[in-house]
Amino acid sequence: MNIDAIQNGIVIDHITAGRGMRIYELLGLDALDVSVALIKNAVSHQTGGKKDIIKIDSDMSVNFDVLGFVDPGVTVNIIRDGQLVEKRRIDMPERLTNVIRCKNPRCITSTERAIDHVFKLTDRKNKVYRCVYCETKA
Amino acid sequence: MKRSVIDILDLTPAELEALIATALDIIDHPDQYARRCAGKKLATLFFEPSTRTRLSFEAAMYELGGSVLSVTDAASSSASKGESVSDTAKVVSCYADIIAMRHPKEGAALVAAQAASIPVINAGDGGHCHPTQTLADLLTIRREKGAFSGLTIGLCGDLKFGRTVHSLINAMARYPDNRFVLISPEELKLPSYVKKDVLAERGIPYVQTTSLEEAMPELDVLYMTRVQRERFFNEEDYLRLKDSYILDAAKLRTAKSDLCVMHPLPRVNEIAVDVDDDPRACYFKQVLNGKYMRMALILKLLEL
Ligand SMILES: [Zn+2]
Repeated sequence: MNIDAIQNGIVIDHITAGRGMRIYELLGLDALDVSVALIKNAVSHQTGGKKDIIKIDSDMSVNFDVLGFVDPGVTVNIIRDGQLVEKRRIDMPERLTNVIRCKNPRCITSTERAIDHVFKLTDRKNKVYRCVYCETKA
Repeated sequence: MKRSVIDILDLTPAELEALIATALDIIDHPDQYARRCAGKKLATLFFEPSTRTRLSFEAAMYELGGSVLSVTDAASSSASKGESVSDTAKVVSCYADIIAMRHPKEGAALVAAQAASIPVINAGDGGHCHPTQTLADLLTIRREKGAFSGLTIGLCGDLKFGRTVHSLINAMARYPDNRFVLISPEELKLPSYVKKDVLAERGIPYVQTTSLEEAMPELDVLYMTRVQRERFFNEEDYLRLKDSYILDAAKLRTAKSDLCVMHPLPRVNEIAVDVDDDPRACYFKQVLNGKYMRMALILKLLEL
């Protein structure tokens, strides 16, 4: 895979340095049979600081909620036929469904089968998500 | 549109006022409500025993002329067979018009409400919410003090795990000019998120103290709570803290003459029986008020 030139795929850029691996895992990229490059500690042309980048050489759809939850402010570049067709800045999602699980052992999600694990953004400033069932912090 | 009540904050202040108005009208004219729920069925679905809460709901429905389907051992009859809360709620929706549900897991009532085709009232979901207890507390404060504002409210005992305390703070924080006196042992202080997210966030004054005696003279309301054995990991801590505060007639001597003493019951040792005959003791009135508010809530959710 030529990591500089993707024909059809997604580039997740401006990931805070060190968070790339977490995003890689939460997006389930390890289980995919496509070319993926995780670049750590790349130098940002904008700020001169360090950033992580993930390049996915595939037309797959990405769960933007995961990106917004782990690292609000990342940008997603969608590439078709070698051209940048869309650039999106990803913000914190209001709700997170089946991205993370509630850690409270007394929560109904620990025993109820076939239940969605849903978290709600309750404090944007401090980036606080709470389980909609038991209100425990994510 | 089907409405359920899971948390006290599901009700707006305006809705709360309407419920209180209905409850007061029921108290004045019980006959006019005696057949209001004729032909309607309340299912009390209790996955853990709570006899007094169940009786209150059932008495409320009977006094409205409705009938009751009582499942007192929901845990052994469905959960042990592996049935989910969602499925149980769907099944009960086929038989009843409204559900009052008690469950040991936090959030269980919300799961039931999402699955049921009929309204669900949370009758307690673990340590999370118990909105009808708060409705009982609020009607008691309204009837005894005449208003929800300008009050110094003392909360005493287990402020860490006591869900009724958190819920009452949430409800009273919506009204102006109240202040809170938080009386507890160090180990059972109000969690910092309640202090930060509710009290500090809205600029509501509060003080923390370990001394009930010191706080007593300034209080308009004193809400006593029980230290619950089941919240402790070791018996030693429970035994050490369980009798931290015991309200008795002697301690009441410095209190205001119109203090309102409340307790969600059952009590263990927190309030000596010599307080029961004091006119400031309101905890048995609170039980009765709970029934009236449950009646008002059933009427609202059934849109009757
Ligand atoms: Zn939870």
